[in-house]
Amino acid sequence: MVPLNWYLMLSAAVFMIGVFGFLTRRNIIIMFMSVELMLNGVNISLISFSHYLQDLRGQILVFFIITVAAAEAAIGLAIIIALFRNKSTAHVDEMNEMKG
Amino acid sequence: MLAKLFFGYYAVVIIFLSLLVITRKNPVHSVMWMLLLFFHIAGLYLFLNAEFIAAIQVIVYAGAILVLFLFVVLLLNLREELQVERFVGSWPAGLIIAVAIFAIVVNVIRSFVLAPPGKYSIEYIKEATHTKALGTILYTEYLFPFEIASLVLLIAIIGAIVLAKRKTRSH
Repeated sequence: MVPLNWYLMLSAAVFMIGVFGFLTRRNIIIMFMSVELMLNGVNISLISFSHYLQDLRGQILVFFIITVAAAEAAIGLAIIIALFRNKSTAHVDEMNEMKG
Repeated sequence: MLAKLFFGYYAVVIIFLSLLVITRKNPVHSVMWMLLLFFHIAGLYLFLNAEFIAAIQVIVYAGAILVLFLFVVLLLNLREELQVERFVGSWPAGLIIAVAIFAIVVNVIRSFVLAPPGKYSIEYIKEATHTKALGTILYTEYLFPFEIASLVLLIAIIGAIVLAKRKTRSH
C-alpha cells in the first residue's frame, strides 16, 4: 500500500511547478497551461484523499473543479484572442498599459 | 512492492512531464507533453479506484481543453516565439516563491493525521458500481452545486462568444 503522504508530495510538486511556470513564463498561453497544471495537482491530492478516507465526496469536488477548469479555459482563451487582436503579442511583459 | 513501483513510475513521469510543459520554447510541444501528462494523471486516478474521474480527465482535459489550447496556439507567430527569451527577467524571484510554497506544504504534510474512514469502502463501491455511487451523491446531496455548475458553463459559453467576437463599427 502506497502511503498517502507520497501522493500529497506528488501533488505539492506538481502545484509548485505550476506556480513556477505561471510566475516566470512570458508567453500567456503557457501561463494558462500552468494554471491547468496547478488544478491537476490539487485534483491528485483530492482523489487520493477520497481513496484513503473511503469517501466519495472528494471525487465530487474533483468533478466540479474539472467543470470550472473547462469554463476557465474557454473564457481565458477568449481573453487571449481579444488581447492578441488588439496588441498582436502574446508576451505579458509587453503589456504595460496599466503601468502596474 | 509492485504498487510502490507503479506509483514511482507515475510520480517520476508526471513531474518530468510537467517540467517539460513549462520549459519548452515551442508552445505546440508544450501542449503535446501536456497531453501525455494528462494521460498519466488519468492512469494514477485508475490506480486510486476513481474510474469515472479518469474517464472525465481524458475526455474533458485531453479531449476538449487541450484542443482549445492548440487552436489558440495557432494564432501565435511561431518563428518569433522561437527566438525570444522564454522566461521573464526576474525568474529567480518566481523560483523562490514556488520553492517557499512547496516547503510550507511539505511541512504541513509531515504533521498530517488521517481521519477515520467513511462508509464508501471498496466493497460498497464494488457492489453499487462506481459511477452509480458517485451519481447518487451528486444528484442528491450535491444537487444545488450541480445546478450552479451548469450556470457557470452557460456563462462561460456566453462570455467566450462575447469576448472573442469581432467588434463591428456601426457609427
